Amino acid sequence: MTSSSALTEGSPTAGTHPVPAVRLRGVTKDFGPVHAVRGIDLELQQGEIVAFLGPNGAGKTTTIDMVLGLSRPTTGTAQVLGLEPRQAVARGLVSAVMQTGGLLKDLTVRETVEYTASLFADTRPVDEVLENAGISGLGDRKVAKCSGGEQQRLRFAMALLSDPALLLLDEPTTGMDVEGRRTFWSAIRADAERGRTVMFATHYLEEADAYADRIVLISHGRIVADGTGAQIKALASGRTIRATLPGADTSALAAMPGVTGVEVRGDTVLVHSKDSDAVARHLLTHTHARDLEITSQGLEDAFLSLTGEDS
Amino acid sequence: MSTTTIDPTARRVPPLGGFNLTILRIELKRMLRNRRTVIFTLIFPAALFLSFGSTEDWNDGVGHGNVAAYVMVSMALYGAALTAAAAGTQVALERAMGWSRQLRLTPLNPAVYIVIKAMLALVLGALAIAVVNLVGYLQGKPDMASGVWIECALLTLACTSVFAALGLFVGYLVPGENAMQILGPGLALLSFLGNVFIPIDEGTWIYAIAQWTPMYGVAEISRYPLTGDLSWIACVNAALWLAVFVGGAAWRMAKDTARV
Repeated sequence: MTSSSALTEGSPTAGTHPVPAVRLRGVTKDFGPVHAVRGIDLELQQGEIVAFLGPNGAGKTTTIDMVLGLSRPTTGTAQVLGLEPRQAVARGLVSAVMQTGGLLKDLTVRETVEYTASLFADTRPVDEVLENAGISGLGDRKVAKCSGGEQQRLRFAMALLSDPALLLLDEPTTGMDVEGRRTFWSAIRADAERGRTVMFATHYLEEADAYADRIVLISHGRIVADGTGAQIKALASGRTIRATLPGADTSALAAMPGVTGVEVRGDTVLVHSKDSDAVARHLLTHTHARDLEITSQGLEDAFLSLTGEDS
Repeated sequence: MSTTTIDPTARRVPPLGGFNLTILRIELKRMLRNRRTVIFTLIFPAALFLSFGSTEDWNDGVGHGNVAAYVMVSMALYGAALTAAAAGTQVALERAMGWSRQLRLTPLNPAVYIVIKAMLALVLGALAIAVVNLVGYLQGKPDMASGVWIECALLTLACTSVFAALGLFVGYLVPGENAMQILGPGLALLSFLGNVFIPIDEGTWIYAIAQWTPMYGVAEISRYPLTGDLSWIACVNAALWLAVFVGGAAWRMAKDTARV
């Protein structure tokens, strides 16, 4: 796999900053009256493995479609490796693996890969790709006769034909067993080390945390958090302490151990913390805080509170 | 994180929007593997010719040939139209299966995809025409000069494009497997109305209607080298229906690709 790689070393631009794999600037997308994406700025560096995490309907697929050039942003710009998305696709720089569909049932596995390979200017050999995907024994089998797992491997084989610099995956490990999942991700990581950027959509925090270098949280068409798994988990696992406290000393509160965020709304102070007991004790014994409330914060709550913070 | 990066300028764009012969080969193999396609497009029209072309008056004169030749050209057109329409509906079926979306993730230009499908429809149409003509030749009843024979076959092939466009149009209007279930009987009906199966008497009210149905014009044009008779109505008819079907297909397709 490594020997046949068309991924080249060295930077195309002068200086130390290679062109970002993905650059979204002020991207919005409306479908009639529906605002699916409400303004996303995002930059992914080459070789990053990024999870695109959010509930269904958050705008993940719409954003991925714009990165792939399948749809155009209503406003803002999307660039892939410094190119328009369609130009990047035409050069085989971007590919994607969708969860369902996208296959002709009456073609054989080999025909499907040959068909796809014939469309690119540069591709890896069909046999090698079949071998790598673990489906070289299925070449003459009709796609309709392949199991779900085999079809998924075929989709991967097709996506890797052009040796893409950016690979987008939609819920990639759905239906895989534990062992399959591990093998899959170790292969993805090996490719990332050679410079391939991988962005995968998921609604499982565990999967994002386990395999991504970076998690981008999206909710209601906006990025609500962007950081490592540990940072995102802290946001999701904490509690919110709400109290009425005019003139709260926000810097003192923010400096407390376990506190991940402090927000003031009029006379009300909201503190997000992993150690809610300590914050509550402090507020009740060292300040004039009253009407104290503690609420636990799920992932969805983290989204909502973060949206309010406009971070 | 690694130090490796990718130089996007090192990658090339394929020529001709991704057009290549590998796709044509695979697509052709795929169509010929489909038993229903083979029966409906290659065997059925030849069988119709053998029954319609063997009536008592098969050797009566028609223009520069005989009745059997007239029926053979008509059946070749019917077979080619059915084949081309079937190939056209494939586009909509492939869209429903997500294959069009998959192809959008490759350098293949969507217009080139349609060109490939149209070429495929014509190649299969040519095959259908060849089969009916071959059966006619082997049977020995059709009689016309070989020049006339070839001219008829080529005109029939040109007329086939009208039905490739119809297939595309109907495929987008009625997605899925149902498209052919409408087109199959539909084309048979249009063939009756269009003077393809049995001659309709001129001057009757049904003839007045028939003149404006989509099969009439192309059938008259296909048989022109044989009959030596072509009315302006037939030419207007063919041009009009070609415009309607191409326009309809283009309109539906433009609406469709907005969503991918």
